[in-house]
Amino acid sequence: MRQGLVRALGGVAVLALVAGAAACNSTSKTSSSSSGKCGHDIAFFGALTGSEANLGVNIEQGAELAIDQYNQKNGANCIKIDKFDSQGSEQLAPGVARNLVTNKKILGIVGPAFSGESAAADPIFDQAAIPLITPSATNPTLATKGWKVFHRAVANDQAQGPAVANYITNVLKAQKVFVADDQSAYGAGLADQVKAKLGSSVVGTDKTGADGQQTDFSATVQKIVSSGATAFFYGGYYTNSGLLRKQLTQAGWKGTQLGGDGVNDPGYAKAAGNAAAAGSVVTLPAQPATKASGDFVSQYKAKWGVDAGTYSDVAYDAANMFLQGIDAGNTTTAKMNTYLSTVNYQGVANSYKFTSTGELDPSLLKIWAFKVDANGVPQPDQEVPSS
Amino acid sequence: MNFSGLIHNLGPLTITGLAQGAIYALFALGYTLVYGVLRLINFAHSEVFMMGTYATLITWGFFGLNQNSATPGLGSVLGYLVLGLIAAIIMSGVTAVVIEFVAYRPLRRRNAPPLAFLITAIGASTVISEAVGVATHRNLRGVPPLIKPATVVHIGNTTITNLQLLIILLALVMMAVLDVFINRTRLGRGVRAVAQNPDGAALMGVNKNRVISLVFLLGGLMAGIAAVMYVLKIGDTRYDAGFNLGISAFTAAVLGGIGNLRGALLGGLVLGVAENWGAGLFGTEWHQVVSFVLLIVILMFRPTGLLGESLGRARA
Repeated sequence: MRQGLVRALGGVAVLALVAGAAACNSTSKTSSSSSGKCGHDIAFFGALTGSEANLGVNIEQGAELAIDQYNQKNGANCIKIDKFDSQGSEQLAPGVARNLVTNKKILGIVGPAFSGESAAADPIFDQAAIPLITPSATNPTLATKGWKVFHRAVANDQAQGPAVANYITNVLKAQKVFVADDQSAYGAGLADQVKAKLGSSVVGTDKTGADGQQTDFSATVQKIVSSGATAFFYGGYYTNSGLLRKQLTQAGWKGTQLGGDGVNDPGYAKAAGNAAAAGSVVTLPAQPATKASGDFVSQYKAKWGVDAGTYSDVAYDAANMFLQGIDAGNTTTAKMNTYLSTVNYQGVANSYKFTSTGELDPSLLKIWAFKVDANGVPQPDQEVPSS
Repeated sequence: MNFSGLIHNLGPLTITGLAQGAIYALFALGYTLVYGVLRLINFAHSEVFMMGTYATLITWGFFGLNQNSATPGLGSVLGYLVLGLIAAIIMSGVTAVVIEFVAYRPLRRRNAPPLAFLITAIGASTVISEAVGVATHRNLRGVPPLIKPATVVHIGNTTITNLQLLIILLALVMMAVLDVFINRTRLGRGVRAVAQNPDGAALMGVNKNRVISLVFLLGGLMAGIAAVMYVLKIGDTRYDAGFNLGISAFTAAVLGGIGNLRGALLGGLVLGVAENWGAGLFGTEWHQVVSFVLLIVILMFRPTGLLGESLGRARA
């Protein structure tokens, strides 16, 4: 009996060895035959699982679409996308980033998706000198750390925050506003920008636990209700935001809830319920993905079976910027980074030109407000000025 | 510190705190019952609760209810509530007993050291929560709007909604029923006997293993009721719904005196109110700091918790 087991195990081990050797062979073949454009990798870094995974998945799918199209022209498996799932967590990000930098084939990174994980992972990328373009991390301080590899393809919260405030005062015409955040780098940063611009119309503030840390928001809800606010801005991501909206509705509060790009996702209505979510306003520091030029919207739908979501178009552009760089012969990370500093790229979502700190050129910033419709989907409402 | 905010909102914060505390209390019973009999912290109890929340939602989903459906009429709401409660109670009870069978009983038979139980408890908890996480893609599941919020009591700026009243009353009734069961019935006497002196009880003809299964079952039933209250109050559940709530409920059990049924009720209510007052005074980011400082202060003066003593010694 025991001998039989040993034999079976041995057989499995031999099989595994053979398969492993075959796998080694096949990879070494492709890398040896690759010269010039092919045989390089582009990485995605962000949440593919976890409570805020939708935003990461949008980005990954946008980038993967760009790489697929490139490979159709230049041969299958020409450029490979390496997916690094950070689960959106600041704690996990450094480990995942160290894993990423060991892969010397990677010429550029689309991501990291969120601000908190960016602060944790970007220093590692900077040290390894791998250029990155984040299509979504909007915390302003990220551009002030002196990282030479950092590029941001959207507006930051210094533009998004005031735009939200402008929408509250000029469109909603709310006199009393309550502002809360989830204490994350992104959420608190954005909420501070909103508070600063709103000034005296802020009638109360609060700070909740981060995503997954808190589900009972009764104290915050009570403060909002008793403050008499008619608008409530929450700096955070869509899950907490949706739970808050649901519990506010349950407590009878009838005002308008607002959120930034972290709430701009159908996941908001999934948490809140369509009835409670309808009418909420969320912003995006870029133009709506559904307004992307060219065939992007239909191609995305054809490949993934879902509509292009928040930042999928920007991620598509970011990946294409790297691919254009490879086309131009920038096949080392150093050359790629120099190329990005002078790039002037016309994408489907926007035109891209980076300042010396890696921010998008001020003339190219766009901020849009979306309204959540009765089916829980954020629909583009209007472009809002940030000053 | 925002004293005027706290004083202005004292009534509403107390009521919402009591409602949350009632959920803690029912949840805490599972820890307290098992600890009273086995001297074991069943960390997998948070998953007993989480399974209950899913059982309720799946049952309601079976009737075509989801979070975007309209509120049904009063008669059918009552029917759905009862069905949801039954489903949650069965699921939680079964989960608790299965955990006992799979994770604890084999160890007990081999006289494993207490640390081994702690590890299997954490292991069972992780296995169940991660399995549900993978099966549900770690998504939230929304709760149908069964109870239309309506204010039933109105004093000053303090309002009590129908849901809050239901939660608090249901918790009190269940506590009373459990208290009578443990203190007045034959089976309850068996539980107390095993808690007090397992060997003595065995000599007197009490089946120890059956009593242990019974306390796991009772804890599961209470967690099932807490699960229904939770989904109605919070409006969503997720694979990790039990984790943070479990920590709070465990705190409540220790605060009231672990192993003491009435202590669990008192601890839960005190903790719920303290958290909300703390949130009102210092801001919501401090609510857990406040509750744990309170716990430490109380344990400094009463090391066995507010009501002290354990199940066996309390009313032997």
